[in-house]
Amino acid sequence: MSISRRKFLGWLTAAGLSSSTFGKVAHAATTKHFEGHPKSLGVLYDNTSCIGCRTCEAACNKVNDLPLPDRPFDDLAVLDNKRRTDPKKYMVINKYDNSVNAQTPLFARTGCNHCLEPACASSCFVRAYTKTESGAVTYDESVCVGCRYCMLACPFNIPTFEYDSALTPRIRKCTMCYDNRLVKSELPGCIEACPTESFTFGKRTDLLKIGRERIRRYPGRYLDHIYGENEMGGTSWLYLSGVPFRKIGMREDLGIIPAPQFTSSALAAVPMVVGTWPLLLMGIYAVSRRKDKIAKEEKEQALAEVIAQAKAEADQKVSEAWKKAAQEKEKAIEAAVKKALEAAADTETEENS
Amino acid sequence: MSQEATTTEKSLISPFNIIAGIIVLIGLYLTVRRFTGGLGAVTNLSDNNAWGIWIGFDLLTGVALAAGGYVTAGAVYIFGLKKYHSAVRPAVLTGFLGYALVVLALHYDVGRPWRLPYPFVVQQGTSSVLFEVGACVALYLTVLFLEFSPAALEWLGLKKARNLAVKFTLILVVFGIILSTLHQSSLGALFLIAPSKLHPLWYSSFIPVYFFVSSIIAGLSMVIFESTLSHRFFADKMDEAHLREKDDIALGFGKAASYVIAGYIAIQLMGIGADNEWQLLGTTYGLWYLLEIFGFFGVACLGFAIGAREKNVKLIRWTSAWAVLGVIVNRFNVSLVAFNYHLPSSERYFPSWMEIAVSVFLVTLGLIAFRFIVSRMPILYEHPEYEDLP
Ligand code: SF4
Ligand code: SF4
Repeated sequence: MSISRRKFLGWLTAAGLSSSTFGKVAHAATTKHFEGHPKSLGVLYDNTSCIGCRTCEAACNKVNDLPLPDRPFDDLAVLDNKRRTDPKKYMVINKYDNSVNAQTPLFARTGCNHCLEPACASSCFVRAYTKTESGAVTYDESVCVGCRYCMLACPFNIPTFEYDSALTPRIRKCTMCYDNRLVKSELPGCIEACPTESFTFGKRTDLLKIGRERIRRYPGRYLDHIYGENEMGGTSWLYLSGVPFRKIGMREDLGIIPAPQFTSSALAAVPMVVGTWPLLLMGIYAVSRRKDKIAKEEKEQALAEVIAQAKAEADQKVSEAWKKAAQEKEKAIEAAVKKALEAAADTETEENS
Repeated sequence: MSQEATTTEKSLISPFNIIAGIIVLIGLYLTVRRFTGGLGAVTNLSDNNAWGIWIGFDLLTGVALAAGGYVTAGAVYIFGLKKYHSAVRPAVLTGFLGYALVVLALHYDVGRPWRLPYPFVVQQGTSSVLFEVGACVALYLTVLFLEFSPAALEWLGLKKARNLAVKFTLILVVFGIILSTLHQSSLGALFLIAPSKLHPLWYSSFIPVYFFVSSIIAGLSMVIFESTLSHRFFADKMDEAHLREKDDIALGFGKAASYVIAGYIAIQLMGIGADNEWQLLGTTYGLWYLLEIFGFFGVACLGFAIGAREKNVKLIRWTSAWAVLGVIVNRFNVSLVAFNYHLPSSERYFPSWMEIAVSVFLVTLGLIAFRFIVSRMPILYEHPEYEDLP
């Protein structure tokens, strides 16, 4: 894309990206809704002018110092197989059949779309990804654990992993040439290289206007849809096409909800559980303890009653025995007295006679 | 019996030892291969299929099957079901070993295992469900270790330390239940971020609830299943209380499981209703889903219910194995079978023999550790000097 360096610098300044502010990053990795950095940059890819020459792939390989592919970039037979990104390539151009005109196949670029609210950034548990203010989503290999959850999370299947590295495998993905070019006010490699100007680089808001304008001016050439305007909450890369996007390998069923929102309610439940569970559990514990306690008390009470009753019975028996004994004793005394009196009376009569 | 067991244990050339020895050798060889050749040298993982059976089986299934610890401890200490007391120690031990193996398995799976503490000490990605899973699993492993420690301390004869450890039982149990609720459910929540990749019959915003409830099913069933096996192989180690209570435990846990499974099936169907996916039930995936829900969980629910009503312990034991299998099938479905369902079959994942062998190796390590501990520490019996058990 031929743009003057001055214009390019103008964008960067507009995006707040003069080198002094380049270091500033904003983490999209929160559960709050995020509208995208207002002045962030992006790319509009127009597949109607793409001729599948793979110049962009070659440029990407060069500027990012990627390992050379097995087959050279000017070997267009490579396009006969559907490919995806891998540790050797951050972006690929794929070829698709054209149902209208079989002579002119269609091409489409696959690579990181630099989502406004990236699934990769939201899913990474060490925050290895950063959605920078420039719009680029960058990756920091110095903290990456290699769990590959970001690969599972990315709806576009973009991040790739160095499975063959034994000890230092990294995630590999397009960073919009953030560190190697953007910060030096240079255009991303693929964009600079394209001979047909299929890529337009600029502020995302401007790109949307350009896209709509093209659709308005050439309604026969374009589908009335800018892919990436709303997909997954919006992406910094935007796509124009003349055929439905599913025909050029892009999913149309992704919806417009940004990825972090899918997990936000589950994460919000954490404090709820932490706050309520202890109370609930201790409550149940208290009830079961109380049940035990009451059972114990009841048992004790019953026991006490039994003992009391037994005691009362025993007491009664004892007192009865006492009574009886006392009675007997009295009787005995009475008898003795009586006997004595009788004896006395006898003696008296004897003496008198 | 008791003598027989001791001799098997003493002689090195027993069938168990030979098979375990071979598996361990293969496992060690694959460990070397994994850490010299990278994940690519031993797994069939690819850029489209980033997670294989080391996550689907070792992590997801491992954690679910180790749920017996919190389920049993909760039943006995929180709900006051003291008659199941003899089930606590074996369940806590299995839980502890299970989680230890999960963490070990993660060292094989992640690219740079020595960085596993990074999410906590270097940079916290709190917006990630995986962060929550990691934090809870790490904490819960510690809790399980502490819950298990009285048995080890009794074995070592450290009375004072043991009595101190026992004092924390209740608080550990509460803490363990909270952590388990969180990470059991968030293992399901991991998949929430990829609605475009998981088949709609398995994808649901209720998936954390499904995972949590099915972990209770797994926990209850595993306790029954495991006590069956323990009784078979370690009967000589069991004291009277264990032998007496084990049928009670099977009946009680089986009955509880039948209720939980019934609830689980109900919420699964509610989820299908909420997303209005009935028409999908007629597809191949639909039939597979129905098989999972009714063939495994439905049958298990019935088996437990009939077993509990007719006091048929044997039926309950068989059913528990079936229910465990159901949970395994579910975890495999979510993470592997129904995941990436939209990709052409040439881009789908199937584990390599080496991945399977490593999983078998890790399970074997668990069995060896279990056998070692059970034949030495007071797990299946109460230590005569400490009968005041909490
Ligand atoms: S396309 Fe994928 S890798 Fe790129 S920003 Fe979006 S989620 Fe991340
Ligand atoms: S593989 Fe690395 S970048 Fe991706 S989620 Fe895991 S730690 Fe983050």
